[in-house]
Amino acid sequence: MESLMAYVVGILFAAAIYMMLRRSIVKLVIGLILLSNAANLLIFVVSGMTRGAPPLIPEGADAPLGAIADPLPQALILTAIVIAFGVLAFAVVLIRRAYEVVGTDDLDQMKDTDT
Amino acid sequence: MNPELALPILIPLISGALSVALWRSVRYQRILAVAGTVLLLASSIWLLRSTVAQGFLVMEMGSWPAPFSIVFVSDILSAIMVVLAGIIGLAIAIYSLASTPSGHEKFGYYPLMHLLLAGVAGSFLTGDIFNLFVWFEVMLLASFALLTLGGERAQMEGAIKYVTLNLFSSAIFLSAVGLLYGTIGTLNMADIAQKVATLEDPGMITVISMMFMVSFSIKAATFPLFFWLPASYHTPQVAVSALFAGLLTKVGVYALYRVFTLIFTQDVEYTHTILLWVAAATMLTGVLGAAAQFEFRRILSFHIVSQIGYMVLGLALFTPLALIGGVFYIMHHIIVKTNLFLVSGIVYRLLGSYELKDLGGLYKERPMLALLFLIPALSLAGIPPLSGFFAKFVVIRAGLEAEAYVVTGIGLLVGLLTLYSMIKIWAEVFWKKMPEHVEAVGRLRNDIKTGHKWAYYLPVVGLAACTLYIGLNGQPIYELAEMAADQLMNPQLYIEAVLGGQQ
Repeated sequence: MESLMAYVVGILFAAAIYMMLRRSIVKLVIGLILLSNAANLLIFVVSGMTRGAPPLIPEGADAPLGAIADPLPQALILTAIVIAFGVLAFAVVLIRRAYEVVGTDDLDQMKDTDT
Repeated sequence: MNPELALPILIPLISGALSVALWRSVRYQRILAVAGTVLLLASSIWLLRSTVAQGFLVMEMGSWPAPFSIVFVSDILSAIMVVLAGIIGLAIAIYSLASTPSGHEKFGYYPLMHLLLAGVAGSFLTGDIFNLFVWFEVMLLASFALLTLGGERAQMEGAIKYVTLNLFSSAIFLSAVGLLYGTIGTLNMADIAQKVATLEDPGMITVISMMFMVSFSIKAATFPLFFWLPASYHTPQVAVSALFAGLLTKVGVYALYRVFTLIFTQDVEYTHTILLWVAAATMLTGVLGAAAQFEFRRILSFHIVSQIGYMVLGLALFTPLALIGGVFYIMHHIIVKTNLFLVSGIVYRLLGSYELKDLGGLYKERPMLALLFLIPALSLAGIPPLSGFFAKFVVIRAGLEAEAYVVTGIGLLVGLLTLYSMIKIWAEVFWKKMPEHVEAVGRLRNDIKTGHKWAYYLPVVGLAACTLYIGLNGQPIYELAEMAADQLMNPQLYIEAVLGGQQ
């Protein structure tokens, strides 16, 4: 399961970077979305995937019995998802506004501030 | 309990929230902007004083003991950075009263400014690596909105580059945090540092350290990842430019200092050698980029890049003296760079342009303004007795002592080229005769409204006074930097302060 997920993460990163290298700003934002998902999945995979062992402490015990799933990565991912959602919402508004103002979605036409 | 540790974060958050509540009354928002930043500065000075007295201040969220809780830690370096954030925040708040167009004020300029300061202060004070990511994002979101406020074409183009590169850097940062957690199993920086030192196979840690280096290097705008900065920093209105120029890249530099002195010191030979050449290339490309520019703020933006090189150089040499120089350089640079942007704003207000070819004759018209430009400009180039001289002197001396002659030579050359750039601005904006097509416009006659004049000049004069103070009274500042560097060189102190006796 973990090696399969590792490939999924790798493919997501590759796809994200491919999309970000395209000239269209819409594809650029799609690339950013994929990138944030790839990073989230990566956290999930590297912190170890434990099946069927929720981090619960049985009644009367002080500590969980045996190996349990680590709850912290989920908290991290949830935080990261919320942040990514906010940031990407901004990015989507930005490209719409940029398209209105600049009149093109081609990144090669947006070189005024570089020279 | 150390309330002073939480105040620099809470004050801007609360003033930001109050400003949102007072959305319709720009007048109260303006009062809050100044009052909030005055309080921020006061609390940060309180923080610095008690940090100097106690060495480290630690606060555990929800009173859970570290490493289980999120901790806020203030060592001398963080406290210094927070004080600088307070100084810059106050200067920008006052300057904004006059310079911000009313359209921007109505659409949340002041709440965003507070939020940005909260994000910056949070990044400096947190002792948890994931929490650092969260504060980075708080800061970034506020900066995105500030950068695009106004919605002109150049701003949109600049913002796309700025947003993309910063999100990319955040994704790398997040992945690196995930990998680090998978390897070490903790997020508390002190705990990570302690466990990294005992790890048997440091190969993975070196890989992760490179990911952190790339991510923070994008945020700090070092070679070869700085291209977003000169493409975007000159596009927003000038108070925003000045705020970004002073604080944002320095958060990246601070993060580099933090992780490469505390956590990733297991393979200094490898990581810090890379940093050394990154620093050299950053200094050189930044200053050469500036030499080719003829727009006031773009020249200054490229100089941010080249100055970042000196700070990274201090870290890369990794000797006590070099770190003192690096910390001193950060203190000097934040104040001077913000001041130069503020001066460019006044020049724009007087003559209506940032292009050097459309400017001129200000020495004759406004001799005092010329002096106010000359102080930070010469300080940036490192002319004694201003603050930049001592900062550069310490870094260069540390380079010579570490026998890194090539890099030190580049540092000296870049100092000379910086002087060339500053003289170029001086000659074009102040010295040469005013071009005829500018005289025809006659903007100078419509002077800054007298009611606003103090708000334009007070921050510039104040920051110039800070530069002079650091330059003429360098001893206490140097001692402060020495204490900060001493703590950075002994990460064991930090670990003990956070984790206490239970190790």
